[in-house]
Amino acid sequence: MSSRMRRRAVNAAMTILCALGLLIALVPLVSVLWLVISKGVRGLSLDFFTQLPTPVGEAGGGVGNAILGSLYIVGIASAIGVPLGVGAGVYLAERGGGRAGDAIRFTAEVLSGVPSIIVGIVAYGLVVLPMRRFSALAGGVALAVLMVPTLARSTEELVRLVPRHLREASLALGVPEWRTSLRVVLRTALGGILTAVLLAVARASGETAPLLFTSLNNQYWNWRSDQPTASLTVQIYNYAVSPYQDWHDKAWSAALVLLLVVGALSLVARFLARSRFGAQR
Amino acid sequence: MQRASDILTVRKPGRLSRIAAPVRGNLPDRAWAALLTVLGLAVLAVAAVIVVELWRLSSAVLAKTGLFSFVFASHWDVVRDLYGALPFIYGTLVTSCLALLLAVPVSVGLALFLTEMSPPRVRSIVSFPIGLLAGIPSVVYGLWGLFVLVPLLRGHVEPGLARTLGFLPFFRGPPIGLGYLAAGVILAIMILPTITSIAIEVLRTVPLSLREAALALGATRWETIRIAVLPYARAGILGATILGLGRALGETMAVTMLIGNSPTISASLFAPGYSLPAVIANEFAEASGGLHTGALAALGLLLFAVTLLLNIAARLLVRISRRGPARVAA
Repeated sequence: MSSRMRRRAVNAAMTILCALGLLIALVPLVSVLWLVISKGVRGLSLDFFTQLPTPVGEAGGGVGNAILGSLYIVGIASAIGVPLGVGAGVYLAERGGGRAGDAIRFTAEVLSGVPSIIVGIVAYGLVVLPMRRFSALAGGVALAVLMVPTLARSTEELVRLVPRHLREASLALGVPEWRTSLRVVLRTALGGILTAVLLAVARASGETAPLLFTSLNNQYWNWRSDQPTASLTVQIYNYAVSPYQDWHDKAWSAALVLLLVVGALSLVARFLARSRFGAQR
Repeated sequence: MQRASDILTVRKPGRLSRIAAPVRGNLPDRAWAALLTVLGLAVLAVAAVIVVELWRLSSAVLAKTGLFSFVFASHWDVVRDLYGALPFIYGTLVTSCLALLLAVPVSVGLALFLTEMSPPRVRSIVSFPIGLLAGIPSVVYGLWGLFVLVPLLRGHVEPGLARTLGFLPFFRGPPIGLGYLAAGVILAIMILPTITSIAIEVLRTVPLSLREAALALGATRWETIRIAVLPYARAGILGATILGLGRALGETMAVTMLIGNSPTISASLFAPGYSLPAVIANEFAEASGGLHTGALAALGLLLFAVTLLLNIAARLLVRISRRGPARVAA
């Protein structure tokens, strides 16, 4: 009998230990969210979104140029990365059956684990060195390279989910393959692909490391793709490691803005995934 | 095997064969196929460009110092153009191993709790915050670490460790806060969702019949996990761990903000150190071309090679474990 008691006790103890894992995982999450919200909300004002950064000690000022710069860089990245990633995914799903497909699939999987700072170095060699200056374009290229592998993988899965008989019906009606791909298969998977794209954009918006030496930073508004450009994440980093209390407060506020943007993108993506794509099947 | 086109061509060779011939011959179809192929090959091109660029930037330094002396030299002197990677490799390894030590038990426990012990409702509720944890940008973790974790370590954890475990060389020295320990803890928090989600995925592939067999023999929940579930999922969980390690090795911002950025090698976890990504992040923009840039790129190449190997190993492991029970006996 005592052996049975012991086994039950071990079972209970291990269950509690495993449940403890949940608690341990949630503590940092709650702490991060609570501090970012409570410390960040104090500095938020209209000026924070529209004004240029001010020097140390001068009151007011904002991160308007950094917000715009982030949008700009992520926009460039999406313009390059989304067609490449989605196209590669469609290729994998439609014609990726052979060895080439396997090789590309494996490469995409492995590439998604490459540290983002490495991609920054590559964009530096590819864009910054030939242009002889840091630029929004270089940052966009870096983020685009980061988007491609994950987008390709998720697009492939989504396109594969499209029922076979849909495309067969279209082909049987005499619709050419390319139109079937575009108008039937991709259209059916569109909701899901949009979700994947939004998630990729959200991930790219949070990246800092590949921007440090590609788009660098800028104190002023910048509309040119061949000029150094401020970004929200780099700005948070610079403010956080500075020795000034005023800048620390701004870092928290900027972090709140960043979290809101990333969170909103993810929420919209989830909503899309549930409503549009979910309803179709 | 007889195909539809064969039958059709037999009957009336002239006209019908053209109809039955695949539509693929059309120009737009061929163009579409070519476009897709080009886009697919672009993924391979991206991989090739990464390798070529890293090699091109770093070859000068590696040619001058030699790979061996670059990896094992421990001085980093920009003024005299002497570059050695050892302090950075050391810091990267120490922080990543520390992160694994802290994160793996928690993640595997959490994954077991969610797949084996808790009702399905709990899992669907908990998957949201776990996803959230993975979605927080690394610079925000750095910010939090700098103003919450570091004071906590400096004020409470490090003095406590020094008092109780101070006889070990790892827990000596002044409690600074910034250092290997801080970086390791933040890395553990950051790789926790990665390992957890892959471990959950792996655990779900364990056939229900194995659990049922163990339970039918009278095993408790935990015994079922120990004798039926874990042996089956071992390779996959190892793969999840290696993927977590890969993420930890390459994580940049949070580590840069917390590790203390001092190119030294210390046994104490309280001491400030440096990591490969952190030194690249700090010095690359200011490096004025030439050997300094090359040395930083060489550090990148080193990091790339290691993460590449780890990723390949991990993916293969996860794949093997998905394939199933053939290797459980081994």
